[in-house]
Amino acid sequence: MMIVAGQSQSAYFLEEELPSTERSHTLSVLVDNEPGVLARVVGLFSGRGYNIESLTVSEIEHSSHMSRITIVTTGRPPVISQIMHQLGRLVPVHKVINLTWAGDALERELALVKVAGKGEMRDEALRLAQAFNARIVDATLDSYVFEITGAPADIDRFVGLMKECGLVELARTGLAALARGKTGI
Amino acid sequence: MTRQMTGAEMVIQTLVDQGVDTIFGYPGSAVLPIFDELFQQEEVRHVLVRHEQGAGHAAEGYARSTGKVGVALVTSGPAIANMVTALADARADSIPMVCITGQVPTTLIGTDAFQEADTVGITRPCTKHNWLVRRIEDLPGILHEAFRIATTGRPGPVLVDIPKNIQFQTGTYENCKDKALTQYHPAVKAPDAAIREAVELMAAAKKPILYTGGGVINSGPKAVALLREFVKMTGFPITSTLMGLGAYPSSGKNWLGMLGMHGTFEANLAMHDCDVMVCIGARFDDRITGRIDAFSPNSKKIHIDIDPSSINKTVMVDLPVVGDVGQVIEDLIAAWTARKPVQDKAALAAWWKQIDAWRAKKCLAYRPSAEAIMPQYAIERLHALTRGRDTYITTEVGQHQMWVAQYYGFDQPNRLMTSGGLGTMGYGLPAAIGTQLAHPGSLVINVAGDASIQMNIRELSTAVQHNAPVKTFILNNQHLGMVRQWQKLFHGNRISHSTTDAQPDFVRLAEAYGAVGIRCSKPSELDDAIEEMIRIDRPVLFDCRVVNLAHCLPMIPAGKAHNEMLLGMDEENETVGGGADKVPA
Ligand SMILES: Cc1cc2nc3c(=O)[nH]c(=O)nc-3n(C[C@H](O)[C@H](O)[C@H](O)COP(=O)(O)OP(=O)(O)OC[C@H]3O[C@@H](n4cnc5c(N)ncnc54)[C@H](O)[C@@H]3O)c2cc1C
Ligand SMILES: Cc1ncc(C[n+]2csc(CCOP(=O)(O)OP(=O)(O)O)c2C)c(N)n1
Ligand SMILES: [Mg+2]
Repeated sequence: MMIVAGQSQSAYFLEEELPSTERSHTLSVLVDNEPGVLARVVGLFSGRGYNIESLTVSEIEHSSHMSRITIVTTGRPPVISQIMHQLGRLVPVHKVINLTWAGDALERELALVKVAGKGEMRDEALRLAQAFNARIVDATLDSYVFEITGAPADIDRFVGLMKECGLVELARTGLAALARGKTGI
Repeated sequence: MTRQMTGAEMVIQTLVDQGVDTIFGYPGSAVLPIFDELFQQEEVRHVLVRHEQGAGHAAEGYARSTGKVGVALVTSGPAIANMVTALADARADSIPMVCITGQVPTTLIGTDAFQEADTVGITRPCTKHNWLVRRIEDLPGILHEAFRIATTGRPGPVLVDIPKNIQFQTGTYENCKDKALTQYHPAVKAPDAAIREAVELMAAAKKPILYTGGGVINSGPKAVALLREFVKMTGFPITSTLMGLGAYPSSGKNWLGMLGMHGTFEANLAMHDCDVMVCIGARFDDRITGRIDAFSPNSKKIHIDIDPSSINKTVMVDLPVVGDVGQVIEDLIAAWTARKPVQDKAALAAWWKQIDAWRAKKCLAYRPSAEAIMPQYAIERLHALTRGRDTYITTEVGQHQMWVAQYYGFDQPNRLMTSGGLGTMGYGLPAAIGTQLAHPGSLVINVAGDASIQMNIRELSTAVQHNAPVKTFILNNQHLGMVRQWQKLFHGNRISHSTTDAQPDFVRLAEAYGAVGIRCSKPSELDDAIEEMIRIDRPVLFDCRVVNLAHCLPMIPAGKAHNEMLLGMDEENETVGGGADKVPA
């Protein structure tokens, strides 16, 4: 079967992909922390074909039952604003902020990184961990677990190096992000 | 004032406090406590349908024809699965609806209990919002909030799932009708700057057009009256989507007919060539825009919509005006009156002259026949013979639906109940019943196709039981006509599974249900047969035998531009179809 842009044999017009100025955006979404709210947000992304690169959720205000969802997604600007409006019309959603548009936001992630090995590789892992400010949270004679906090790109780099030093497994929290300066969401 | 009562009583009390007089439903184990309460009161009428989908569409018909919220009540598991189509339909067409469902007791949730289904999970993407009630304390607040959310902002279906044990529990009820449970408060008033800018753009327009939609009808009678005033004030030509028909009268002099895939030549070309487009409560659906990159390429676009996610969703606009149609038009009229714009009279006259030239093409002309009933003729006659009456029309989905949009002139809002966004075959009959029960003295006609009508034919039994004298007027072309049309035009005329073989005898079927059957196949007898149908004060199934192979034209093929329309006059051209004039054997 061949699909030719602009010529449709189906009920829908298959639009040619526009030149992509896609980039990733970090969205902060304030929601009522009620059952199903995460399913609503995730269902919206899958149902409308948006992608989720990373997603973090946690209650931030216990008394008012509010949670903050931080989502990293990619798209062209009109798609990103459509995503924001779609999120905005979910009943439990209070606010949606695009931290990428708001400017140079603070983005941090925590990772636990387990490496195993002996001799030279073990020493190298330790030196690199010091250089990246990673902490040792567990150690045996032939393994370490490091804890590292940083921007996702720094964690990527650290993990990349650890692959050479006997990386066994990895857990990452996903992103926590805030805008700089004195104003809040 | 608060009172102690059971969860089941709270459901009924909420309906009463919300002013609901009629609900549509079907009982079952998980809602029995509520049905028990229904039995013991007289304020709320329950209409027993034959399938839960029917309850949903009946509630939609009730809602669209009254402007009020439609309510359905069904049990858990299979019942809610049956209801999904109607919820998706109401969501697609922005119909306010509250659906109350029974659920297995909270203690059994998650155990694969008898008739357990994850109702909120299944219906999350096809409702505006939904809740599973976990505590009796939450029930009154949630029930009232369901009504508020269903009816405010962009309307839609809201579902409340109530476990059976909570229906039995006793708690404190308070009429919290005017209290908001959530922070949901959509803006209705647009910023002044947007209003002023809109007036500037419109005042300078040389080739303006108003493109209106279902949002005008959602907004209510005030919006409709203001729209008519606005048309008079500006003198602009006006077209509408299927969902907005009747907001501006089809007999009005600025009316161009419906736009879109099966819209008129003049409406679509005016959309294509205009310099200022004012979209009022419509959503640039793909049946409207055709090929996006060729859609009205040279116009400034103003988009009035209460839902910000409707804006720039498919078509990029120049000026978003987020607010309620009624409120925005009121502000526009005030700003226009204050500004006293001097319009370019010469340019507007030239624009109207161009429009008149397009109108002269008479795109809805078809070849009449003395031997066989043309479907277009049948709708024209139905319109002519029901015109002076208090008539409501519902439709099923297919060619007959589009012929209604083209040939039945709607002069008032809320008079056409049709499934636009989801295109649900089987919508028409239950929607007609909901409409009829809301308007007992009125004439309610479901214009149906021979295939669609079979999808919810069982609701004829509901109509008979509840003395709803709805008329079903079947344009019987022996085909899934709209499917056949696409196969003819785009799939090499391979008529794959789109004939309605083994059709029932509709007249005898009607009789079996206790309704009245009428058949007509001659143009010369059609008027009398329609008159007879109108006279009968019982449900009627009218088998109107029409030519089998007529095409619904004009048509813009999917993905084509507005100026690439197929017209009826081209019918003799083999690629477009032919066959409209063939008489059935
Ligand atoms: C077989 C078939 C063929 C069809 N062909 C056509 C065709 O040729 N032409 C056609 O027009 N349609 C056609 N349709 C219908 C089409 O699919 C869409 O349902 C329809 O065009 C949508 O109408 P609308 O844009 O008015 O939007 P609606 O679905 O009515 O949406 C209303 C819009 O108004 C907004 N709104 C709601 N309330 C308010 C308010 N109070 N204030 C402000 N804004 C509000 C909403 O947010 C939404 O954006 C066809 C359907 C079928 C099944
Ligand atoms: C539930 C459902 N299934 C399938 C379709 C696809 N469909 C659209 S129109 C149509 C044919 C309708 O035939 P009929 O009711 O006889 O109407 P006609 O087009 O002949 O007037 C079909 C199958 C649909 N819209 N809804
Ligand atoms: Mg048919």
